[in-house]
Amino acid sequence: MAEPKTKYDRQLRIWGEQGQSALEKASVCLLNCGPTGSETLKNLVLGGIGSITVIDGSKVEVGDLGNNFMLDESCVGESKAKSVCAFLQELNDAVKAKFIEEYPEALIEMNPPFFSQFTLVVATQLGEEKMIKLDRICREANVMLIFARSYGLTGFVRISVKEHTVVESKPDHFLDDLRLNNPWPELRKFAETFDLNVPDPVAHKHTPYVVILIKMSEEWTNSHGGSLPSTREEKREFKELLKSKMVAIDEDNYKEAIEASFKVFAPPGISSDLQQIINDSSVELSSTSSDFWVMVAALKEFIATEGGGEAPLEGSIPDMTSSTERYVNLQKIYQAKAEADCLAIEQRVRNNLKKLGREPESISKATIKSFCRNARKLKVCRYRLLEDEFSNPSVPDIQKYLTDEDYSVAMGFYILLRAVDRFAANYNNYPGEFDGPMDEDISRLKTTAVSVLNDLGCNGSTLTEDLINEMCRFGAAELHAVAAFIGGVASQEVIKLITKQFVPMCGTFIFNGIDHKSQLLTL
Amino acid sequence: MADTAPSRSRDLDKLLLRAGNLVGPTFEPGTELRDDLQEYARILVVGAGGLGCELLKDLALSGFKNLEVIDMDRIEVSNLNRQFLFRMEDVGKPKAEVAAKRVMERVSGVNIVPHFCRIEDKDISFYNDFNIIVLGLDSIEARSYINAVACSFLEYETDDKPREETIKPMVDGGTEGFKGHARVIIPGVTPCFECTIWLFPPQVKFPLCTLAETPRTAAHCIEYAHLIKWDEVHSGKSFDPDDPEHMQWVYSEAVKRAELFGIPGVTYSLTQGVVKNIIPAIASTNAIISAACALETLKIASGCSKTLSNYLTYNGVAGLHIKVTEFVKDKDCLVCGPGVLIELDTSVTLEKFINLLEEHPKLQLAKASVTYRGKNLYMQAPPVLEEMTRSNLSLPLYDLMDKVAKDILHVTGVTGQSDKKTSCLRKLRVVFRGVDGVTDMDMAGGA
Ligand SMILES: [Zn+2]
Repeated sequence: MAEPKTKYDRQLRIWGEQGQSALEKASVCLLNCGPTGSETLKNLVLGGIGSITVIDGSKVEVGDLGNNFMLDESCVGESKAKSVCAFLQELNDAVKAKFIEEYPEALIEMNPPFFSQFTLVVATQLGEEKMIKLDRICREANVMLIFARSYGLTGFVRISVKEHTVVESKPDHFLDDLRLNNPWPELRKFAETFDLNVPDPVAHKHTPYVVILIKMSEEWTNSHGGSLPSTREEKREFKELLKSKMVAIDEDNYKEAIEASFKVFAPPGISSDLQQIINDSSVELSSTSSDFWVMVAALKEFIATEGGGEAPLEGSIPDMTSSTERYVNLQKIYQAKAEADCLAIEQRVRNNLKKLGREPESISKATIKSFCRNARKLKVCRYRLLEDEFSNPSVPDIQKYLTDEDYSVAMGFYILLRAVDRFAANYNNYPGEFDGPMDEDISRLKTTAVSVLNDLGCNGSTLTEDLINEMCRFGAAELHAVAAFIGGVASQEVIKLITKQFVPMCGTFIFNGIDHKSQLLTL
Repeated sequence: MADTAPSRSRDLDKLLLRAGNLVGPTFEPGTELRDDLQEYARILVVGAGGLGCELLKDLALSGFKNLEVIDMDRIEVSNLNRQFLFRMEDVGKPKAEVAAKRVMERVSGVNIVPHFCRIEDKDISFYNDFNIIVLGLDSIEARSYINAVACSFLEYETDDKPREETIKPMVDGGTEGFKGHARVIIPGVTPCFECTIWLFPPQVKFPLCTLAETPRTAAHCIEYAHLIKWDEVHSGKSFDPDDPEHMQWVYSEAVKRAELFGIPGVTYSLTQGVVKNIIPAIASTNAIISAACALETLKIASGCSKTLSNYLTYNGVAGLHIKVTEFVKDKDCLVCGPGVLIELDTSVTLEKFINLLEEHPKLQLAKASVTYRGKNLYMQAPPVLEEMTRSNLSLPLYDLMDKVAKDILHVTGVTGQSDKKTSCLRKLRVVFRGVDGVTDMDMAGGA
């Protein structure tokens, strides 16, 4: 038996032991196990999700074999939930797999408390009315919810969670926290031990670029009335100044300094994103405040006091040309400052907890440390109730999307995906669901789409004939490749929500399988 | 009037049997199209890893019945978090064979032929048998090779238009963590892999002097143990990254060095990651990218919708970003262009020609094997073929090419600097001087 660590090695490198353990503790419920649902769960089962519960009331038909890999010929006539569950279990015996042969619609109507046992519900191929009901049920029970739907060459994924806060957002590119134009006393003192004009060429080429930039930034501000290079001309001049300090052409440290000079130009202080978070009303703590907001409140106090307008120092530095000794010493200075900052925040967190009448040690040191290290990268995502989005939409946004070349097809599909549900409610089948002439369905869908647009407050807007015709042609088909794409996206978002790492998408993702210009619509 | 007999292609039929408004120019909906896809479309999947497993499943459920898959690797435990066709008991078996078997077991009527070998082991003509080649690879070299093979079939009309029947479309996918790309390559029409090679910058290596003299990070310590210390201690014995004892040795040496210099962060996992250049990989991204590739394959084969034009990037790190970029062809591309023009005297022997390729400033192609219209003129390997074709070396190339004044030759060999040799395939336009039928017009636009 191989170690689970080896089996999960390639994903542990992304979300670490902590993320993996969160996945292994999670229980996920799937509504409808057509290809979209089956593919979503497949990716989660492979990754080692704790448990799955598959809910579907239908029996397997021959047509299902053509688009669902979690079924084979022996399953025809059997419960679809049972069959899919058995094949999913084969993928990973560490996962607890259960099924319930029941229509999700019936559970939503008859047994709302059923859903409160899960960490997250994935609702696939559900009609609008039931989506709205389920949304309310999960919101009240504090269960995370993701809707996913495949429909011909289009489909959507939409998250519904009251609030999702992220500490480890792990962005791809983020400006290092080096404080080059604003060094704290210890860092300044360290920089002062260097002489950039040192005659020894070996010492000269092993001075880390952080030291070079701190010194040159100071030299510049001293000769420019205290201000940093800001115009293009000044920035160019600053780089020239750096270049003039080189004594040989092979000095990589100076090349790195020139390349990193933009880090000097960045104004000190916190980003507008972080400003928004510390100004959020949740910072006014109450007994029900989450640990996240307790820490943000401490962060806000820190920024206003010890921090001097800055968030706690991150504490790590990038690799740079340097002698080992100088680099390691520099690293220690950054680490020491980060630890001191973290200690100050910890004190404030403990105080806040005490004031709230909670156990002061109830947030672990490790959690606070991680919070401090990621303080500049915090994210807060909030999702409207589906019902809100439908009944109280942002009309200017919809109109903007409808007329924007890059968004009009996605917005058109958004309208049509809602129109087909309304169509089905009125005529008991989806447009183009059955073979035969489609003219009537096309004109009915067109009328329905116009009524959806009117209800959204977009009177006078229309969709193209091409798009309406295509939607009828799709006839509610669930194509495997489209389902695999939508299921892939849904599972990726599930992982981000459960691990509380990376940033889940905000808004409704509309898949465009025609030319792949899929879009995220925030409505 | 279609009846209600149960059909596997219930959902796919909507797309293939019905006329559409936003479709490809060649789309002719109907049962004939569906049946032709099943009967005649032949698709090759290159790679049976994270993308390959998904691709085989997706294609088998997208109306294709004739699939082949090529992969030289065997199944490892660390594949199991995403390569869903493999089980613990399959570890050690060839990926291509197990993947083909599993999909055939599940989807009846689909035939998948596995090829457990290197992509270079197959004759070029092997690749010509497919309508579309789908790439699920994780290496730039392998992509580059398949791209060159597919582009080598391409021939141009005299007006520089690619000849329709010589176009071999490719669909290429790639992933890394939460990011990936999918692209459609129609040689001669859209940019080939080589036209946009700058999209794949080579991996930066640490300078040896940093490793030896001024290590600063855990990775420096690991690479020192791996690249310098190993050779010093194990004279002659080469390092095997798949041997756990070798890895353990590198790890413990790296720890010693890190302690010596006061550098934190050396772990066994990091050691493996650095030494084997491990790219993090998860099921969901592979599923997304493969699905996009399979959908494009279906669209190219059937015309049932527009095709991706021509490069999609996916990024799920923060929110979800999908971007489609229309890159343009490099008209001077050595690979998808009309081919490097080489002028020769009719007296030049095959041997002289092969030497010439090595000196050619653009080609610098050593150890060349030469093929003319599917006929092996000279093969470096295997020994049997080498012996069989050796006698051709002393013959004039003009005679070997049936005294045709100008035509296309294919050569395979190695190219690149001494530290990094890669296999490559080049298409050459050979023109013989002073032979009737060659006009100035034909020579225009050459080289
Ligand atoms: Zn090219």
